[in-house]
Amino acid sequence: MTPAMRPTDLQPPAHLRLVSDRAETGAPEITLTGVSKTYRTRDGDVPSLRPLDFRINEGEFFVVVGPSGCGKSTLLKLISGLLPPTTGEITVGGNKVTRPHGNVGIVFQNALLLPWRNILSNVMLPIDMKHLPRDRYLSRAKDLLKLVGLEGFEKKLPWQLSGGMQQRASICRALVHDPKIMLMDEPFGALDALTRERMNLELMTIQRETGKTVLLITHSIPEAVFLADRVMVMTERPGAIAAIYDVPLPRPRSLDAMADPVFIELVQRIRKHFFTQGALD
Amino acid sequence: MAEPKAPPIFARALNAAWIRPVLFLVFIVAIWDLSIRLFKIPAYQIPAPADVVAVLRSDWPELLRQSWPTTYATVCGFLLSALFGIPVAMVIAGSKTVESYVYPLLVFSQSVPKIAIAPLFVVWFGFGIIPKVISAFLLGFFPVVVSAVQGFKSVDPDMVDLARAMQGSRFQVFRAVNLPHALPAIFSGLKVSVTLAVVGAVVGEFVGSNSGIGYVMQRSIGTFDLPTMFAALVILALLGVVLFWIVDRIERLIIPWHVSHREDIVFTS
Repeated sequence: MTPAMRPTDLQPPAHLRLVSDRAETGAPEITLTGVSKTYRTRDGDVPSLRPLDFRINEGEFFVVVGPSGCGKSTLLKLISGLLPPTTGEITVGGNKVTRPHGNVGIVFQNALLLPWRNILSNVMLPIDMKHLPRDRYLSRAKDLLKLVGLEGFEKKLPWQLSGGMQQRASICRALVHDPKIMLMDEPFGALDALTRERMNLELMTIQRETGKTVLLITHSIPEAVFLADRVMVMTERPGAIAAIYDVPLPRPRSLDAMADPVFIELVQRIRKHFFTQGALD
Repeated sequence: MAEPKAPPIFARALNAAWIRPVLFLVFIVAIWDLSIRLFKIPAYQIPAPADVVAVLRSDWPELLRQSWPTTYATVCGFLLSALFGIPVAMVIAGSKTVESYVYPLLVFSQSVPKIAIAPLFVVWFGFGIIPKVISAFLLGFFPVVVSAVQGFKSVDPDMVDLARAMQGSRFQVFRAVNLPHALPAIFSGLKVSVTLAVVGAVVGEFVGSNSGIGYVMQRSIGTFDLPTMFAALVILALLGVVLFWIVDRIERLIIPWHVSHREDIVFTS
């Protein structure tokens, strides 16, 4: 047991405090006040999210971990404006969210590339949907593909690429219209462990270079701690906030950060939430 | 390592896509001819292949002339079933309410035998081309609707969400995501539909017509002219194959990206 885990009268170190105190610093990009979601189905109301209050700061890497079915994906749909919340209010960049606002780029577990479009034209999909000038964004799309190491694959069709490459293309698609926020729903869940680690490193580089605010949902606690500035732990359905932790590991992080005592302590601490709840896939 | 040898001409010829069914057909015809000789089947029951070929050669101009009305009715009926079937499927797939009203009735209507109601069309529309077109349309319509509904419904909801989150309008999302996604299913429906449309046209000709391959068949049955009857069957089969092939070609042109048309190339990082 580390000294920090021992019950003392002293306040625990910042990264082990249940609710992080970082939220009040910096400009808020996303704020949720009393946001809950209840699905109406034929068998009655199914509560998905209990009222949530939190904010994500500009340029922050915010990671959500929770057991499956805790409403993580609902959270993502609420923030992107695809679903209206049952109660409460969401603001993105100071504006209230009432419908899809296009200020987000979304990455799902599956790359979801359109099989009839080549890689470049898949990346350009948001530009077509938003009626933005094609020629102006074409070079940006190519630069992004270069950034993720897909130069030379622009004219290939999705099925000609491996899973990791497809997911990188879908990250480019999420970034091409230069949204301020990236929402990622278990983006690397379908990849093998080695590719996954490499994608984590690449994602951190991309986030640093583009300065985007990232909200990432994952099942993997080490992945969460490795990537995040802050980690939010959710309870079982209906989802609520169990804790929010700061991750004070310095950036840029290499895979060695996973051997850091702070990292290990945090992973253990977060894992305990699920063992007391008794639920993690 | 040994140099890879070029396959012998015979093996290469065997690899051409069309040669295998042709070989099989030759085999079937040989069995047909052999059984007639072996079991002494009289010509008024089953004609010998040679007799059928003879009729095909001698009556070719007449058969060709008669196959135009059938082809015309088939193509018109098929185009109508595509023209109505796809939008109907769009509406059914797009709205739960419409689906609950329309779909069960549509399935129900399919259990009404078209052959039984075909004479009605003759009563309503006379002996011209219209009853044949309607009959072809009715047979071709259902498979298009069923496949297209399935195609429109099998779109990944996440993909639609993704496009909607990019502020695409409903129509834009439909054109960029739903419609192309449904195309493979639509085409498999169209392929079934085009062959059924041939059947529909012939049924129309059976019940009331004075032209077309169906009419030739009925006339030759009446006079026990079995070689002509079989020759007409061959023409019908050819018609079905050619129309199917045309739809297949169009499919390859429109959805070259689909799984069924891919070669085995995969690039890895």
